Amino acid sequence: MSEHAFYTKDLSVYYGEKHAVKKISMDFPDRQVVALIGPSGCGKSTFLRSLNRMNDLIPGARIEGEVWIGGENICDPGTDVVRLRQKIGMVWQRPNPFHKSIYENVAFGPRYHGIRNKKELDRIVEECLRKTALWDEVKDRLHQSGLALSGGQQQRLCIARSLAVRPSILLMDEPASALDPVSTAKIEELIAELKKEYTIVIVTHNMQQAARISDKTAFFFLGDLIEYDDTNRMFTNPSRKSTDDYISGRFG
Amino acid sequence: MNIPTSNVQSSAESGAKPRERKQRHVAEEIRGKIYVYFCVLLMIVTIFSIVYFIASRGLAPFVSQGVALKDMLLGLKWKPEGEPPLFGALPFLFGSFATSLFAAIIAAPLAFCASIYMTEIMPKFGKTVLQPAIELLAGIPSVVYGFVGLSVIVPFLRDTFPGQGVGVLAGALVLSIMILPTITTIATDSLRSLPNGLKEGSYALGATRWQTISRIILPTTLPSLLTGVVLGIARAFGEALAVQMVIGNAPHIPHSLFESATTLTSIITLEMGNTTSGSLHNNALWSLALILLMMTFLFVFVVRMLERRVKR
Amino acid sequence: MRAKTVDRIATGVIIAVAVLIMAVLAGLLGFLLVRGVRHIDFHFLTSFPQAIKEGGGIGPQLFNSLFLLVLTMIITIPLGLGAGIYMSEYAKPNRLTGFIRLVVEVLSSFPSIVVGLFGLLVIVNTFNLGYSLLSGALALTVFNLPMMVRLTEQSLRSVPREQKEAGLALGMSRWKTITSVMLPVALPSIVTGSILAAGRVFGEAAALLFTAGMSSPRLDFTDWNPLHPTSPLNPLRPAETLAVHIWKINSEGLAPDAPEIAAGASAVLVIMVLLFNLGARWFGRALYRKLTASK
Repeated sequence: MSEHAFYTKDLSVYYGEKHAVKKISMDFPDRQVVALIGPSGCGKSTFLRSLNRMNDLIPGARIEGEVWIGGENICDPGTDVVRLRQKIGMVWQRPNPFHKSIYENVAFGPRYHGIRNKKELDRIVEECLRKTALWDEVKDRLHQSGLALSGGQQQRLCIARSLAVRPSILLMDEPASALDPVSTAKIEELIAELKKEYTIVIVTHNMQQAARISDKTAFFFLGDLIEYDDTNRMFTNPSRKSTDDYISGRFG
Repeated sequence: MNIPTSNVQSSAESGAKPRERKQRHVAEEIRGKIYVYFCVLLMIVTIFSIVYFIASRGLAPFVSQGVALKDMLLGLKWKPEGEPPLFGALPFLFGSFATSLFAAIIAAPLAFCASIYMTEIMPKFGKTVLQPAIELLAGIPSVVYGFVGLSVIVPFLRDTFPGQGVGVLAGALVLSIMILPTITTIATDSLRSLPNGLKEGSYALGATRWQTISRIILPTTLPSLLTGVVLGIARAFGEALAVQMVIGNAPHIPHSLFESATTLTSIITLEMGNTTSGSLHNNALWSLALILLMMTFLFVFVVRMLERRVKR
Repeated sequence: MRAKTVDRIATGVIIAVAVLIMAVLAGLLGFLLVRGVRHIDFHFLTSFPQAIKEGGGIGPQLFNSLFLLVLTMIITIPLGLGAGIYMSEYAKPNRLTGFIRLVVEVLSSFPSIVVGLFGLLVIVNTFNLGYSLLSGALALTVFNLPMMVRLTEQSLRSVPREQKEAGLALGMSRWKTITSVMLPVALPSIVTGSILAAGRVFGEAAALLFTAGMSSPRLDFTDWNPLHPTSPLNPLRPAETLAVHIWKINSEGLAPDAPEIAAGASAVLVIMVLLFNLGARWFGRALYRKLTASK
């Protein structure tokens, strides 16, 4: 199996007594975009966050089952999560650049992972900023604070930051929901571009967005995976009634 | 943070040798943990050694030097160099309690009024002017309060009332200004955290502002207000120099507010430097310090009990 | 009608109290500055004190206070950061953490005279550091540490969770994420709080009487070798600070102009505290602006 593809097996997440994600088994094919949709509180974000064990941070959260990435089960207690997270980039709903310069935001990760050569770092920064279509906008002010950028630019900077440590998978938690339509369109273009190199999992509330950008769509409801299929089929001819109801806006 | 080695660099660039990289971040994490655990451990060691060292000296008079605990706590005469030496600390205990309680009696109503003013009457002016002013009061060093007490309050009391000016009232007045910020800050915080619906409900029933304050706000926030008062008393009880400067330092129980007295802290301040380590007199002063320490624990305990009631 | 009258009276009383407090503060500052500033000049700030003659200054005391403050902060800040990081990031919600919280609370409630006595017993006598700047700095550390710990803990807790997650998602260790991602975000409030704490340390006297001592050697301000006994930089020499000096001349000052010196020194102390207060606000804001590049 390519290192880009991964799958989960019977993945469950508990918050204290609450069973938030119920025994989900899903395949994420090599370099495709998978959209996770469903009403608020359906467990899609929790599921996404357990793919790189970010839920470890939340007190009382517990995870069961398996997530296999590159031949390793990341839920295995013996797995080195810190090293593994490097392979999985993550983008949040609200842009969260570090309180550092634009250059540092991108260079910080690779430098931590051992790249000290200035030329090499410069090259990585340029490459990542180009990939996120940010280079031309910021190349003259690389040493200004990342917080001085607009919201959409900040979000692209955050994507560039996660690309800099060379992940094979990108997790995106509603990456465009806090942005204006123009910035949203840019992020969507970017996702279409990025899937040439990365397997992307994206949580979204926006049905049109899911239809536009994803190859496969998964519908979550109350912690269960109701339906998981090619996006085209899902949006034209869903096999479950509740999926149809949700997609056509009858609830949620 | 970490000194790069050429080895790590090449391995990262080729993307190989994950084990080496794993060791690096694990080592970093362990170093960090050792550091923070060390800091915490140091605090714990400090507090235990404070208690241990002061107790070991402070208990010596009772354990090995033949002073009865009862004589110290209830004795009225402090004559450490007398024949036989007397270690009655009741006047000091009385002085400490009298000044700090009296200071709280003066400061608490003022503090409540100030916090009601800041939250209910003029929140904007309160937040921009009164609150910084009160924070500033908290920042003024205690010796400066002592100096002001000595040069303003004491002469004023001397001219207005019988006596020398120095005494319990002078001490209490100085302390009341010092603990005013403590009580005000805590009272203000608790008033601010009150749910809005509570007040609005009362106003909706046609109650006046004062009725709302006295019947709804004060009873609901009482435990927090008491917490503030206890913390204020604790601060006053432990304050040394400001009180020592204005209280007159006469080792007896005063008959009026205008008579000179002594507190636990002021007798320690005055005599600790003039006694030889290990002597009975010296150890007796450590016993007084031990009493101060015990009072601190008592205050913390009371504050915790009150906070528990707030949470309920 | 009666309820309204009561309400009006109560409101009047409350406003009167607020005015009274403002008046007390204004009177206090006014008294200190008016009485004190007259005596402050270059000579007063730089010359040596006189035991029984007029015209003494507070030069060495001012220097001692500042030097002691620097020493204290050098010791307190790393320890306070460490313990604060533990409380905010590593402590699990269990009994041990509850106990450590209690330790911080008790430590911050100790009267400063008790901390000073502990310093006398352990640092001065047992560790045999004598009455010295270093003993004073260690005692002040005990007194200052709980504040620093709480400050660090609260500042780190107010850092948005996404910042921490962003660091971890890049494959960084928790420690690296805390020190390189979260601390810079928390820095403005930590700096503001530390300066305010420094103001408190600057005015502290009771903890110093029996640790830093109540006298200074005749300092030689041309000798900056920290190993020489009369060098101002020697951390093992006794040092009377400004606050201790004020206390001493008020209780046993023999110089004929002792009240004037006390007034001048108090004014200097209060001005310093005011500067710390204003400086903390200004510096924190400036740092925040610089770090976030906001206008």
